[in-house]
Amino acid sequence: MIVAEQKSLDEIRSLLRGKRKVLAVGCGTCVAVCFAGGKREVGVLASALRMAGQLDGSPVEVDELTVQRQCEAEYIEALKDKLADYDAVLSLGCGVGVQTIAEHYDGATVLPALNTKFMGGPTEQGVWLERCQGCGACLLDYTGGICPISRCPKQLQNGPCGGTDAGGRCEVDATMPCAWHLIWEKMDKLHRQDELLEVRPPKDWSTSRDGGVRRIVRDDLRKPKLESGA
Amino acid sequence: MSEPAAVANTTTNASLKAGSNLERLLAAGEFVVTGEIGPPKGCDAEVVRHKAELLKGYVDAANITDNQTAIVRMSSIATGLIVQQAGIEPIIQMTCRDRNRLAMQSDILGAAALGMKNVLCLSGDHQSFGNHPGAKNVHDLDSMQLIRMFQEMRDKGVFQCGEEISGGGPRLFIGAAANPFGDPIPIRPLRLKKKAIAGADFIQTQLIYDMDTFRAFMKRAVELGVPETTRILAGVGPLKSAGAARYMRDKVPGMKVPDAIVARMDNAVKDIPADDKKARAAAWRAEGIKLCIEQIRELREIPGVAGVHIMAIEWEEAVKPIAEGAGLLPRPKVS
Repeated sequence: MIVAEQKSLDEIRSLLRGKRKVLAVGCGTCVAVCFAGGKREVGVLASALRMAGQLDGSPVEVDELTVQRQCEAEYIEALKDKLADYDAVLSLGCGVGVQTIAEHYDGATVLPALNTKFMGGPTEQGVWLERCQGCGACLLDYTGGICPISRCPKQLQNGPCGGTDAGGRCEVDATMPCAWHLIWEKMDKLHRQDELLEVRPPKDWSTSRDGGVRRIVRDDLRKPKLESGA
Repeated sequence: MSEPAAVANTTTNASLKAGSNLERLLAAGEFVVTGEIGPPKGCDAEVVRHKAELLKGYVDAANITDNQTAIVRMSSIATGLIVQQAGIEPIIQMTCRDRNRLAMQSDILGAAALGMKNVLCLSGDHQSFGNHPGAKNVHDLDSMQLIRMFQEMRDKGVFQCGEEISGGGPRLFIGAAANPFGDPIPIRPLRLKKKAIAGADFIQTQLIYDMDTFRAFMKRAVELGVPETTRILAGVGPLKSAGAARYMRDKVPGMKVPDAIVARMDNAVKDIPADDKKARAAAWRAEGIKLCIEQIRELREIPGVAGVHIMAIEWEEAVKPIAEGAGLLPRPKVS
């Protein structure tokens, strides 16, 4: 899932400076699951904004609305008739959600209440870990199901750097395990360690963001275009 | 730059990969000594010349670090040229942190055109340790892929993309680093082997203070046949104080400093009053040099060790007494 985190109340309030009437829009998918932008978080944030506004004499009216998914046009249709009443939309969606609303309603001021962090998942209650950078050329077959592109700060593809500490922790963050330590251990368990001696050639990063803005076109799913003159 | 004087034995020359002084000495079976020069945080060439002067005659070649610890310094190739002009053969360090494959290939062509023949391929310290922690890192290639890319440039005369290099590839003696002490310890000899497979001609290790772990590492390296293709230079460095030993033991990732070494540094000043800072510093430095000499003598006896890499960063003066004390002077000449 996409994991996000709410901006500080101070930062959100500075984004909303001068706005008197705001629609806070939550998203019921990824950011709801990671407790950053679902219906509940919209309610809490809206209350906090109202209270803070009252306290410092700049009252702001905040209405709440949570849609199932902000990243698809059909789910944000619900905003259509409301936007004229508001100075701004405060989106608690991920960056995709913010952009979808902004693109769909180009007269609206859409502000982000979250920082979109990464693709990952929870590892324990209250902890989420990055697992994928969407490099577009998955190599998890080679690494025993552990991704060095997202989990090694140097994106090494041929083994660990020299900085792993006692217990195989990452030099950049001693609370994190070294991805390559994990990979070697896993490949040992799978009796596949020998495969790691093969030098993996340079990665083709053109499938990653380096190749330009990415999109997927699935002709099998597209609506057939009408023949001209038909 | 003019080519170095032609060697008498042209057959030997033809069999060399780059013909650097370092490679020739290793090929002749000499126990080699390399040193290290850290470029300045500025553009004063005099600083470089001074450091080169301190090493000249005591090492066979000197590493020129590449923004080490992710702190911006004079470029390693520019520094390397100054060092070369001062009469020391440079080993250009190149990290994967700051440059992509285009820049690294372009830079190595430039270095080769300037007469530099040795290169050391590194991942690079993470930028979070340096003075621009907000920088974007590159890591287009990793150190293994960098070794292989340079090997193919040299041996196949092609760029990484497969296109031909006009006029043939650069003649390079390709080095890499190895850390025998990073966890998990058992995989370290395998990673060393992988660097040999990738095409490393020589290896310089992390600073060695834990001799037992290093012996086990070398035993495994020999079993894996690494020294047959790749010469291994053991990394050493004189300790400046007990505090430095403690810091390396406790704070530096991937370093192992046995308690006995720390105790020895403590003992060196046990009879000197704590307020006599000057005397303590001198005693520590003398002990650090003595310890380093003993380590070199031990390392020399370990099968598979082809030389030492003396890292005396910001203490270049120590290299001479260390090399002298370890019986490594004068440095041999090969034609």
